Amino acid sequence: MDIQVLGPGCPKCREVEKLVRTVAAELGADVTVVKVEDFQEIARMGVFATPAVAVDGEVKCVGKVPSKAEIAGWING
Amino acid sequence: MNATCCSKEREIMILACSGGSNVGQLTNQAAVELTREGFGKMFCLAGIGGGLGGFIKSAKDTPQVMVLDGCQVGCAKAIMEREGIPLNHHVIVTDLGIEKVKDRQLALEREDVLTVMRAGKASVGERAGL
Repeated sequence: MDIQVLGPGCPKCREVEKLVRTVAAELGADVTVVKVEDFQEIARMGVFATPAVAVDGEVKCVGKVPSKAEIAGWING
Repeated sequence: MNATCCSKEREIMILACSGGSNVGQLTNQAAVELTREGFGKMFCLAGIGGGLGGFIKSAKDTPQVMVLDGCQVGCAKAIMEREGIPLNHHVIVTDLGIEKVKDRQLALEREDVLTVMRAGKASVGERAGL
């Protein structure tokens, strides 16, 4: 599973990246976390506001810091 | 975007029908100018209409979405309804007393652009300030 954290690198973006990595580790999930900072790529995915998170290319949340429960739900499918 | 936050808090998403008439083009011009002045940010209705997941999710996750339709046909509204996106702030230009003209000029009167901008602002409860 690939999880993309979309955002240019502000504190909220970094918080989301850290949260995703933490939850993945807690679940022992085989997850690759990628930070996407390129505006063109973010725009191509249809993201209106950052931070945003995509799982295997599917945008899961936009413009907010997700909860750990939400992230766990995405990982567990 | 600044050093402390990726995106403006509670950014207003502006969706315009941008249709092929004077009133459709008024929605586009109003959306452009509202974006330029920082009231909100125009977003791609075509992406939502095309069923692109990221665009649809963006609209669903944005608390304040302003939809501008040129006329009663309501193409933008129909897209929102089809995708299950709540329609909280909706403006129809012909309801503002502006007549729809389908000619090849697509001419926009300055006062009409300002009228649509004011109506858009009013739809989200802001004072027009124009």
